[in-house]
Amino acid sequence: MGKVNIEIDGKQLTADVGSMIIEVADEADIYIPRFCYHKKLSVAANCRMCMVDVSSLPKAVPACATPVADGMVIQTQSDRAIDAQKSVMEFLLINHPLDCPVCDQGGECELQDLSVGYGEDVSRYVEGKRVVKDKNLGPLISTDMTRCIHCTRCVRFGQEVVGIRELGATGRGEHIEIGTYIESTMDSEVSANIIDLCPVGALTAKPSRYKARAWELRESPSIAPHDCLGSNVNIHHRRGEIIRVVPRENESINEVWLSDRDRFSYQALTEGKRLLKPKIKKNGTWQETDWQTALNFAVAEMKRIIGVSKGEEFGTIVGNNSTLEESFLIQKLIRGTGCNNIDFRTRRRDFSKDQYSGVRAGFNFPLQDLDTMDATLLIAGDIRHEQPLAALRVRKSTGFGRAMAINPFDGEYNFRLYQEIQPEPHLLAQEFACVLAAAAQKQPDKINAEIKDWIEGITFTEQHAIIVDELINGEQSCILMGVYVQEHPQAEVVNWIAEQVARLTDSKWGYMTQGCNAAGNKMAGAVPNQSEFGGRATPGKNAKQMLTEGLKGYLIHNCEPDVESLWADQALANLQNAECVIALTSYEDGRVSDYSTVMLPIAGSYETSGTYVNVEGRWQSFSAAVPAPGESRPAWKVLRVLGNLLDTSGFDYESSVQIRDELKEKQENSRDKKESRKTPPELHAASEEETKRDSLGLYMVDPMVRRANALQQTSKASTHPISISRVTT
Amino acid sequence: MTDLSYDKSLHLKELIPQSEIDEIDCWIKKYPNDRKRPPIMPALKVVQENNGNYLTTEMMQAVAEYLDVPHVAVYEVATFYSMFNLDKMGRHVLSVCTNLSCSLRGADKVVEHLQNRLNIKLGETTKDGLFSIKEVECMAACGGAPMLEVDKIYHENLTEEKIDQILSEMAAKDLPTQEDK
Repeated sequence: MGKVNIEIDGKQLTADVGSMIIEVADEADIYIPRFCYHKKLSVAANCRMCMVDVSSLPKAVPACATPVADGMVIQTQSDRAIDAQKSVMEFLLINHPLDCPVCDQGGECELQDLSVGYGEDVSRYVEGKRVVKDKNLGPLISTDMTRCIHCTRCVRFGQEVVGIRELGATGRGEHIEIGTYIESTMDSEVSANIIDLCPVGALTAKPSRYKARAWELRESPSIAPHDCLGSNVNIHHRRGEIIRVVPRENESINEVWLSDRDRFSYQALTEGKRLLKPKIKKNGTWQETDWQTALNFAVAEMKRIIGVSKGEEFGTIVGNNSTLEESFLIQKLIRGTGCNNIDFRTRRRDFSKDQYSGVRAGFNFPLQDLDTMDATLLIAGDIRHEQPLAALRVRKSTGFGRAMAINPFDGEYNFRLYQEIQPEPHLLAQEFACVLAAAAQKQPDKINAEIKDWIEGITFTEQHAIIVDELINGEQSCILMGVYVQEHPQAEVVNWIAEQVARLTDSKWGYMTQGCNAAGNKMAGAVPNQSEFGGRATPGKNAKQMLTEGLKGYLIHNCEPDVESLWADQALANLQNAECVIALTSYEDGRVSDYSTVMLPIAGSYETSGTYVNVEGRWQSFSAAVPAPGESRPAWKVLRVLGNLLDTSGFDYESSVQIRDELKEKQENSRDKKESRKTPPELHAASEEETKRDSLGLYMVDPMVRRANALQQTSKASTHPISISRVTT
Repeated sequence: MTDLSYDKSLHLKELIPQSEIDEIDCWIKKYPNDRKRPPIMPALKVVQENNGNYLTTEMMQAVAEYLDVPHVAVYEVATFYSMFNLDKMGRHVLSVCTNLSCSLRGADKVVEHLQNRLNIKLGETTKDGLFSIKEVECMAACGGAPMLEVDKIYHENLTEEKIDQILSEMAAKDLPTQEDK
């Protein structure tokens, strides 16, 4: 790409040919006012606020739609530029209501800020202002359409970024309106980003409406806890109460976006029924108690059950969203007592690889590379609802590349699929094996005898061959497995095939995981076959065995196996029949109070410090944004005390950072163990019963999301077979 | 998107005769395969003419489904252009241009006179269903401003007398059409 030399406000700059003046100015930190321009959206040039003065042109031009040319001399503050900007501002304010004092955007409004800079004190217009009827866009977004200045950022976001056009600009001139034209709600899983995009108060967040003023809020960085990307967020809080969650820009993870799930789940913390004091169930009734009594009670019960059964009859289930530090402490603690039954994988059926130790995150390539894939093969899963922001990246790649899918279920995609194969769920691995056979035939010099034997007798169709061609021909290509794959009884077969196909076609491969810290939980050793970083451990029972066989005692941390595990009904029965269930939980509603014997209140997300390891293996640490309510304590502190009370050694941590540093050191010292199977797994038919779809809905994935009111009122929440009533009963 | 008013059972093929579908298909073929939005305008025009000069929401949805574009893309087009009517219109539609040239040459007087004569406001239809007055954007007849269009015929350089004449001609023409019924 060629370069040109330009001058903005006396600053000599070099810029790429074809870039717009506003991009170059932004890069050089020269401020140009704007409403409709947004770096992630196409250029609309309809607000006209970014008028600048180009010396070679007879009148002011919009900086967002004027490409740079060599020798251009641009002034953003000349009389002509300022005059144009002031005139535009006067036009924009003709119809904009003067309701800043009751507007939620007040204090952080681009129009308000710019009218201070460019507006006149008094309007010359005496005519009536137009009024636009508000639209009902559902439980997440509140509208005040009279305030709209028709920048069309929200329309372009739907059209370009999400690929689902829900909003449009209807009417013309004075009568133009942004809306859905007919009564309809916004259903996309990333819809609320238009709140951030809206430069005025036309679109604001419904759950936090009228709750606080922008200048009263304090901002703390954190990591969103609901999918394996680990989106970066800022927590806005006032006097210890979370008011809202907004995206924190991180180009390599969430760009500038945030999924609705990550944005509104905080409601569970502020409005959910929190457990505020430790409680012990005595003769069937709950009694509040102090920490000391509760912990002593829990320790006595653990010692009793573990002692009698030599650890066989006690099981520990760790939630998907536990932090790295919590998972590490809990496995250290439980193994210290001589019990080996610990697992976080409540949604896994295939444990055939457990005998091999090793740690690897889901992806072996940066998430950002999804943007530039020429070919993407999606295996099962529902990427839009499982990792909404990853779906936006795949969609970006389909602008030039091709996406393909082998999915047993009707997928809802926000991009066009080039090829789609829909096998029976129990024949997923068999179908994928055909792709491997096709790849082997195309790349005969890359296969070894083992693969040759393995694919013996497997035939493939033209469609499989086309998929392989795409993967081979694409300069960059990848195979992406959805969460469903890891729930499939043949997960390891599918993973192995993916690895082989990727090797043969020179593609990247990765699998998506449930929850935000699956990689971290595994690194921390919250699995029955290995301790931290693939360390040796006496094998214990896995989650399926613990939940379906029934044990005398359970320790459950930050999860509800009766809702979120694959064996929910059996888990519920076994938890109810257990002699003792120790629950580390933030909430006291749901059936946890039904089956547990002692409830220990722990801090929720954003109330504790810790580390999440995302699907790329990226460690993201955060500190508490707000204090935990009542007597609830960060889980790592609770576990530390439990460890000491259980007389296990090495529980004298002063802070979660200390635990993290220790883990980091252990990671560096551990040999880089690659999870690899020595022999290829066997391909056998899975049972139809075990492969029927049982995925958790978009807003059902963890205890926090299940208690977020606004999300539960959306149409996406109600489409799932597991209804919310199962939690609240 | 949950279109609360969207009736999935309404297909364009059931709303208009095959000959009209063929015409829409002919328009679709004029544009590249991946360009789905250009045929929206001709398709709406065909559907509107078939439906007695107006469009319903269901029809716009049916057009959107047929062309495989978002519903709102069709709403945008239908609400933007003044030649698409979203309400039932009178037998004769008097489209008055109120754009710049016509306004400078007295379009507001034309509107006022029409309103007085027919005793309705802009955008309304007379009770007998004979006349509707509609404000439209420039019809490319600035040379003869002010102008109005009645049943696809342009009338230029309007004066009050000329308007009266047009109206009485219309009324006269309508007498025989009563017999047609």
